[in-house]
Amino acid sequence: MIVADRKSLKEILAMVEDDKKILIAGCKGCVTVCNTGGLKEVEILASSMKIARKKQGNDIDIDINVLERQCDTEYVAGIKDTVEDYDSVISLACGVGPQFLSEMYKDQTFYPGVNTTFFGGATEHGVWEERCAGCGTCGIHNFGGLCPIARCAKSLMNGPCGGSSNGVCEVNKDIECIWDSIVRKKMDAGKIEDLMGVKGIKNWKTARDGGPRKSIREELVQGNI
Amino acid sequence: MRLSYPADVKIIQVPCTGRVDILHLLNAIEDGADGVYVAGCLEGECHYLAGNLKARKKVEYVKRTLTEIGIEPERVEMYNLSSAQGARFAEIANEMVEKIKGLGPTPVKSNTAA
Amino acid sequence: MSELKSGSNLEKVLNAGHFAFTGECGPPKGANVTHLKEKLNHLKGKVDAVNMTDNQTAVVRMSSLAGSVLMIEEGLEPNFQMVCRDRNRLAMMSDILGAYALGIRNMLCLSGDHQTFGNHPDAKNVHDIDSMQLISMVKKMRDEGKFLNDEDIDVPPKMFIGAACNPFADPYEYRVYRLANKIEAGADFIQTQCIFNMDKFRDFMKKVVDMGLHEKCYILAGVTPMKNAGMANFMSKFVPGMDIPDSLVKRLKSVDKKDQSEEGIKFALEQVEEFKEMEGVAGVHMMAIEWEHMVPEIAERAGVLPRPVV
Ligand code: SF4
Ligand code: SF4
Repeated sequence: MIVADRKSLKEILAMVEDDKKILIAGCKGCVTVCNTGGLKEVEILASSMKIARKKQGNDIDIDINVLERQCDTEYVAGIKDTVEDYDSVISLACGVGPQFLSEMYKDQTFYPGVNTTFFGGATEHGVWEERCAGCGTCGIHNFGGLCPIARCAKSLMNGPCGGSSNGVCEVNKDIECIWDSIVRKKMDAGKIEDLMGVKGIKNWKTARDGGPRKSIREELVQGNI
Repeated sequence: MRLSYPADVKIIQVPCTGRVDILHLLNAIEDGADGVYVAGCLEGECHYLAGNLKARKKVEYVKRTLTEIGIEPERVEMYNLSSAQGARFAEIANEMVEKIKGLGPTPVKSNTAA
Repeated sequence: MSELKSGSNLEKVLNAGHFAFTGECGPPKGANVTHLKEKLNHLKGKVDAVNMTDNQTAVVRMSSLAGSVLMIEEGLEPNFQMVCRDRNRLAMMSDILGAYALGIRNMLCLSGDHQTFGNHPDAKNVHDIDSMQLISMVKKMRDEGKFLNDEDIDVPPKMFIGAACNPFADPYEYRVYRLANKIEAGADFIQTQCIFNMDKFRDFMKKVVDMGLHEKCYILAGVTPMKNAGMANFMSKFVPGMDIPDSLVKRLKSVDKKDQSEEGIKFALEQVEEFKEMEGVAGVHMMAIEWEHMVPEIAERAGVLPRPVV
């Protein structure tokens, strides 16, 4: 899923400083699963903001709405009757949400309430870790099923670098050296030969470097029949 | 034994402090409470294993939020005591009330509501 | 003697079977050419080539390409270092061509320390290709006369290709295979990370020799003389991939503070003596960090002077 962290209250409050009536729009997709932008978090943000504004003697009126998904025009359209009632809207969806909203409702201002961080999963309750960088050409089967593009601090295709120590990345001791894991996995499996030779240079065109990407599934596109 | 605790304290009973939510604490502050505290079982003695530990973490979350807003985090507290400690319960209530009195009334006042 | 790939002095020295002795120099944190030349002058005639570091430890300095060219002007031979952190493949290939055009004949291909170590930790890192791929790219440019996209190069850069090896990084058992990969990728010579743990290095070289890697590539053992026990402590704590045995720290501490640098040099000299005899070791890479003025004395006492003229 897409993982995000909520922005600080201070940053969010500053965004809507001059507004009196706002909407906080959550999303039932990834941000609900990573406890950043689901109903609960929307309510917490709303209450925290109200407390802050009351303290300033400048009450704010906040409505909340948790959309099925903010990355689908169908659901984004669901707020069309009310969206213009607000001075502004804070979206707690990943970076996709406020963009879909902005594209559909050109006269409204949508603020991102979260910092979208990575594609990953929960390794334990309350802890999420990055697993994929969306490079567009998946080759993890060449690395024991572990992705060096997303998980090595230098995206090495031929690691580990000289800074790898005790399974920990040179960047800091809280980061696993994924190359250590790749190598050990191969060695334990007696498949060191898989790591012999030079892994070829990567084509980054399929990654963000090739410009914004698009996926088209012809069979699903309306009007093609 | 008759125990008295200050009338300023409004008690809301929950089956386990694990049931206490961040939102309950925030809403209390939002609605003008001068302080809120959670009185849970002693650590390690939760009938539901970790309810009181979870409650403490939620209290800490709310403290961080208040700090960020510029409100004294001491307005929200977590206490642990056993159900047999009636005297301690009263003591905590007094302690909390004294502390809040020291801090003064909440700065969270609606400017629009009557 | 085999046919020369680049004709660099370092290559000729190694090719003729001499025990190589290379030095290292960091470019200035500024455009202070005078200071750079002063440092370089200490090394003149004392080493076969001098590594010009490339934003070492991710701290911004004068470019290694410019530093290398200034070195040539001073009459020394540069070993132009290039890290994968700061340049994409376009910038790398164009710098390699530029380097060759300006007379540079050796280069060392490195991943580069992560930028969080340096003075611009907010920078975006590049890592378009990694050090292994950089080696193979330089080889392709040299031997096939082609860019990565297979277009022909009009006058290919004939570089003597170097790579680094850190036998003290983990997983240890894999390090010799990674070295084999670098050699297969096209490394002509290897400069190792600073060696302090001699037991481990002996074991590593035995593995290298068993695999016959020393016959495919020249291996230069990295030596850094310790200035004092404090430096040993600092390096072991803050420089990634360093293995500094307690016995060395103890040895440095066992003498008076003012004598610690001499003790550090003595240890380095003992190392050089051992490397001269060690099977598979073709030379020493002396990294006297900000201690260039000591290199003449160290070289003299190590008995590696005069340097061969080939
Ligand atoms: S190889 Fe690319 S697509 Fe596959 S997990 Fe890694 S970043 Fe994601
Ligand atoms: S220590 Fe490991 S994870 Fe970190 S940059 Fe080096 S190879 Fe990558």
